[in-house]
Amino acid sequence: MNKQNPREVYGRTLVELGRENPRIVVLDADLSRSTMSCYFEEAFPERFFEMGIAEANMTSFAAGLSLVGKIPFTNSFATFAAGRAYDQIRQGICIPGLNVKIVGSSAGLSDFGDGSTHQAVEDVAIMRAIPNMTVLVPCDGIETRKMTRAMAEYHGPVYMRLNRDDMPDLFPEGEEFVIGKPCLIREGSDAVVFANGIMVSKAVEAAEALSSRGVSTRVVDVSTLKPVDEAALRKMAEGVKGMVTAEEHTRIGGLGSLIADVFKGAGIPLKCIAIDDRFGQSARNYAELLAEYGLTAEHIQADVLEVIGRRG
Amino acid sequence: MATADIAKLERTARRIRLHIVHMMGVGQKGHLGGSCSMAEVVTALYFSKMRHDPANPSWEERDRFLLSKGHAALVQYAALAERGYFPVELLPTTKALGSSLQGHPDMKLTPGVEANTGSLGQGLSIACGMAAGLRLDGRRNRVYCIVGDGEMAEGQIWEAAMAASFYRLDNLVAILDRNGLMATGPIVDRFDTNPIAEKWGAFGWEVFEVDGHSLPEILEVLDRVDEISGRPKMIIARTVKGCGISFAERVAAFHNGVFDVEQYERACRELGEERQ
Repeated sequence: MNKQNPREVYGRTLVELGRENPRIVVLDADLSRSTMSCYFEEAFPERFFEMGIAEANMTSFAAGLSLVGKIPFTNSFATFAAGRAYDQIRQGICIPGLNVKIVGSSAGLSDFGDGSTHQAVEDVAIMRAIPNMTVLVPCDGIETRKMTRAMAEYHGPVYMRLNRDDMPDLFPEGEEFVIGKPCLIREGSDAVVFANGIMVSKAVEAAEALSSRGVSTRVVDVSTLKPVDEAALRKMAEGVKGMVTAEEHTRIGGLGSLIADVFKGAGIPLKCIAIDDRFGQSARNYAELLAEYGLTAEHIQADVLEVIGRRG
Repeated sequence: MATADIAKLERTARRIRLHIVHMMGVGQKGHLGGSCSMAEVVTALYFSKMRHDPANPSWEERDRFLLSKGHAALVQYAALAERGYFPVELLPTTKALGSSLQGHPDMKLTPGVEANTGSLGQGLSIACGMAAGLRLDGRRNRVYCIVGDGEMAEGQIWEAAMAASFYRLDNLVAILDRNGLMATGPIVDRFDTNPIAEKWGAFGWEVFEVDGHSLPEILEVLDRVDEISGRPKMIIARTVKGCGISFAERVAAFHNGVFDVEQYERACRELGEERQ
């Protein structure tokens, strides 16, 4: 399966957007070679702002740029983009609903070596809690490109969380990305797995393994965490005997919380795969860290069997 | 500027203070001190220096005004109303449920307000972004930003100071309300941010100091800063917190204070209003 790096795709897409729209400006806090905003800097140096390691100022500065008609994209690691600059996002950007795009890179556990300080496990919850904010988590390079373009089109604050690692292509090339709309990745009838980010590929892996055991598993990419299209999500769960959610994020305030909220009272068994209420840590590779936190295809398989009432 | 024009502006500043007192009313908390300290600076900007059009608040050629110390919203509301952005009759609704005049400036609700400020330290960064964006478009609009004395303790102020200097934002003018008081007492005793002029100078800004209650001095320096290119400008306005209301002057409790009936009437009298 073809793999792409979402940061790489994002960086190239910014250049495309910059070529099409002179209002696009890009800011980074000394991580441009990692967030890949460096491509934009090379292409449009006058529209790129190196802000130094000062995320708070970068974020409010972007608010100012948007107030004179620019479409700013701010870049840093997710933990700093969403965490360090939380108050700047809340006060200056979300209260007035300014057209600022905040991109949190190396999110989740994907910056495996750097440990808990650099692993954003709660960024989605923080961003979801702010009124007026749109929150996006792409599942692969294809969706990253479409999503980045949709962010630029949409007028208002958006937070996008990007993985650091290469991701297998899963999003249908011909499918349009629409903010709020969940995307069917794999058809199935017994159970549905609602996933986002890297966990969509784990869900597909689990679904393939389950099919050899006679279990038909639907996989849905819920890449918009806010606003939520409840009707579309309910439609994606039609006919199933059970539901599983899978996310590389704390179970507090992320995708699992969202699905539980939408389906409360529906009587469909639900299990949530997420990071328990704890921080990340360093590891020698990403896979070993995902396994430590229970974020694997095997965990998804086991939970699918459980929610449909079958024992492994 | 002619003496008669100065006298007119001084009368405007006094009317602005009176509006502030009316917005405070009796028994309601309000940020009196840091609003009154900026009456002359705000008057000089809105009634003389800035290019703007109250009939067209989104006019592209306008200069921008940001109140980074957003808690002093009362002084901005008074100036906007006096200048015709909205009727002065709206002023008494300040901070009432559903009012377009919120406790801190809200650009979505109040004509003439350019950004949402009040979480201290952020307005100057927003002003920097505006100045950078305007310059990118080859525009000559100026961006004025009032920052507070207590606000000097916010780290983000110094991030913005570095960015403005690095990007040579010479269309940016910051004005520091140097009233010497933070919310809980004198800055020199509680959290001293001195030497302030030296700090701004060291951060690459062209620094000016004026009497923040002298309209001739303020107007003169606002013209003088326009002659400096290649760097951002900081005007340190030496002010008196609560200026114009004798019993509130230099009193930290009136940072966010309350008038009783007697104080309210006395404040009105001191500002020349005849009341029954």
